[in-house]
Amino acid sequence: MDRRTVLKGLAGAGGLALSGLSAPAIAQGASARTLRFVPQANLANFDPIWGTQYVVRNAAALVWDTLYGVDSALQPQRQMVESEEVTDDGTTWTFKLRPGLKFHDGEPVRSKDVVASLTRWAARDPMGLMLKALQQELTAVDDRTFKWVLKQPFPKMLYALGKNNSPCAFIMPERIAQTDPFKQIGDYVGSGPMKFAKGEWVPGAKAVFEKFADYVPRQEKASWLAGGKQMLLDRVEWIVMPDPATAAAALQNGEIDWWENPIADLVPVLKNNKNISVDIGDPLGNVGSFRMNFLYPPFNDVRARRAVLMAMSQEDYMRALVGDDNSLWKSLPGFFTPDTPLYTEAGGEVLKGKRDLDAAKKLLAESGYSGQPVTCLVAQDQPITKAFGDVTADLLKKLGMNVDFVATDWGTVGSRRAQKTPPGQGGWNMFHTWHAGSDCINPAPYTAIRANGDKAWFGWPNSPGTEKEVTSWFEAKGLDEEKAAVARLNKVALEDVVYAPTGFFLSYTAWRKNVSGITKGPLPFFWGVSKSA
Amino acid sequence: MLSYILRRIASTLPVMAIVALFVFSLLYIAPGDPAVVIAGDQASPEDVERIRQSLGLDRPFLIQFGSWVWRILHGDLGTSIFTNLPVSTMIGQRLGPTLSLMMVTLLLTIVVAVPLGVLAAWKAGSLIDRAIMAFAVFGFSLPVFVVGYVLAYVFALELEWLPVQGYTPRAQGVWPWLQNLILPAIALGCVYIALIARITRATMLEVLQQDYIRTARAKGLGQGGILFVHALKNAAVPIVTVIGIGIALLIGGAVVTESVFAIPGLGRLTIDAILRRDYPVIQGIVLLFSFVYVLVNLMIDVIYTLVDPRIRY
Repeated sequence: MDRRTVLKGLAGAGGLALSGLSAPAIAQGASARTLRFVPQANLANFDPIWGTQYVVRNAAALVWDTLYGVDSALQPQRQMVESEEVTDDGTTWTFKLRPGLKFHDGEPVRSKDVVASLTRWAARDPMGLMLKALQQELTAVDDRTFKWVLKQPFPKMLYALGKNNSPCAFIMPERIAQTDPFKQIGDYVGSGPMKFAKGEWVPGAKAVFEKFADYVPRQEKASWLAGGKQMLLDRVEWIVMPDPATAAAALQNGEIDWWENPIADLVPVLKNNKNISVDIGDPLGNVGSFRMNFLYPPFNDVRARRAVLMAMSQEDYMRALVGDDNSLWKSLPGFFTPDTPLYTEAGGEVLKGKRDLDAAKKLLAESGYSGQPVTCLVAQDQPITKAFGDVTADLLKKLGMNVDFVATDWGTVGSRRAQKTPPGQGGWNMFHTWHAGSDCINPAPYTAIRANGDKAWFGWPNSPGTEKEVTSWFEAKGLDEEKAAVARLNKVALEDVVYAPTGFFLSYTAWRKNVSGITKGPLPFFWGVSKSA
Repeated sequence: MLSYILRRIASTLPVMAIVALFVFSLLYIAPGDPAVVIAGDQASPEDVERIRQSLGLDRPFLIQFGSWVWRILHGDLGTSIFTNLPVSTMIGQRLGPTLSLMMVTLLLTIVVAVPLGVLAAWKAGSLIDRAIMAFAVFGFSLPVFVVGYVLAYVFALELEWLPVQGYTPRAQGVWPWLQNLILPAIALGCVYIALIARITRATMLEVLQQDYIRTARAKGLGQGGILFVHALKNAAVPIVTVIGIGIALLIGGAVVTESVFAIPGLGRLTIDAILRRDYPVIQGIVLLFSFVYVLVNLMIDVIYTLVDPRIRY
């Protein structure tokens, strides 16, 4: 073969490729029963017990059902369960499943599936771990009945089984639920209203859910995770878009139907488009925070932590994050989600009113701070932590602190914040994060408020008073007792500065006007959503 | 020739081995821990440790490296820590969009840049030359994402001619496939067009001064024949070299372009894997990219022999 032959061959191949242009191409019009949705993040794994990211929970809620579901009034309602009984001493719970429940592979949902699923969930969930510690036995009585016997009463049982905080108590077939809770499942069969199209899953790009024809919804009106999950769509496509500007353009162009969380900067553009609706997505919002390390100076001294709290302005944090849109934030003189039953401002005076920098400096000096570097971890790839980090760095400098500003990515912060070594040896003094408001409605899912030292969340706060009131809440009988316990908890946690709340903030969600039935909630609910052509 | 190609392919093996060791070592010492990301915010240190053990991340460096190399030698790139899917499957899912984007960009670049460079050289010093070179400077200076946003705004949002984002496989028709690639290819190709147009111009200017060009003119050959048959053919070697080098630029640029146009390609997979510390995926992609670089260099060497019969190996 010589050079000219090869060149002729290449030219011929090019011609062949171009000849494909003459083939008719059929445009794939979007079906009115297919919803194209841009989620908050990439669905990188699909095991809601193994991976506890919110995006996994949100997708899992389509595929796996729960025994109970929390409604918009934050009350657990029956979902897969038909009835329950509890003995007078509160230690034995007997549950009966609804008839006709089926998994996506056609098998009926049986009690043994529930037992295996709850066992796996209880190994990973904070409330599940509490139940596991109290458990005497968890057994299947018959195909539709199971029994949970405890050593002592657990009044929050139904809430634990129906809560929307990750990990939720999703029910899987026994063969899948028997997987080690620290290993990922590879079979995605559930009994929820949608089936997961595993073959179409491209992690980082696309996930597809198809309507499960045999799903039997409850008769009640849908409300968050409770009630009748009536699917009006045949197919839901999750399209991952890492670039917000692209998502905004795609929504305006009609290439997508619903964008879960548009960034604040682009909301004015969307609001000006007559084909797009924009509204607050999750009324429970988020609680911003930065945590100080209780193990090392200067923040091992409560006076240094209080000095920071006295000087900080939540408005500065919130404006750095959401700009001038006042409907997107509130100051938060406490730790619990505003407009929820247990919300309290008890002890919150330290975060209210004019900031007193001089008094804060004096208190910091009393704590013995003498200019040592304060290692402040700030993930630059997360807009929320980046905004908070910039404000904190400015605040600490105003207080006369020597800031070691570690600008890094979220993965590194996640790893480094777990280090208990001194700040100069790979450890840290403070880091920034935020908590979903749905995790801050009561102490049960609220890991960040726990203050049991070594066992507490990063920063390892030690506040026996806080822990005492967490226990009081768990033991409370009735809302009044719960409110009183949480008010005391809020006060003592602020006194000890378990962490520094930077404010309460909301975000928008946006959708095309031909989509209807979208409801506000802590996760995107697809039941009841429809789309016209 | 065949023995040369075989020798070159064989020589890629030590290069790949060094790349593999380098990448593995770099990831091992880099900060960040996938187990922490997987465990989530609620996890205890014990949970994180159990996940680390289940992923084999607690084993010594040499054992981890050895088992990875052993799997590679058996054609197994491993399994993603996060998705639980084989790395080869994930790369396979993303290869089509990236290859399509690169192919269309390359084609567009050659079709536009080479004639522009030839024209600029032919009209050297004229207004046309200056306009082309001004365009080249402009194309070189603009970041890919800026060009991408402007194109999307004009051609997708305002004119509604083309889609903003996504990728349609070739199997669903040439036009649906192409319409998703036009804007990204123009955005990605701008820098590349500028580079090749400038190189083509410079090389052509040199060739056009040669005696054989004067002879061709003297014997009455038309301008087109002189430029494209005699001059361009002799200027082709440096141009082909730059095209080859430019493929490295394309791979880097694809990361940004795929993000801006939401194309599910290897560039986005790389970024996602790095941010999550998904070690097996990062290692698989870097190995693939290094193999592509080596292969492209080999192809360029082979193409030299096709465009210039004087070159023999």
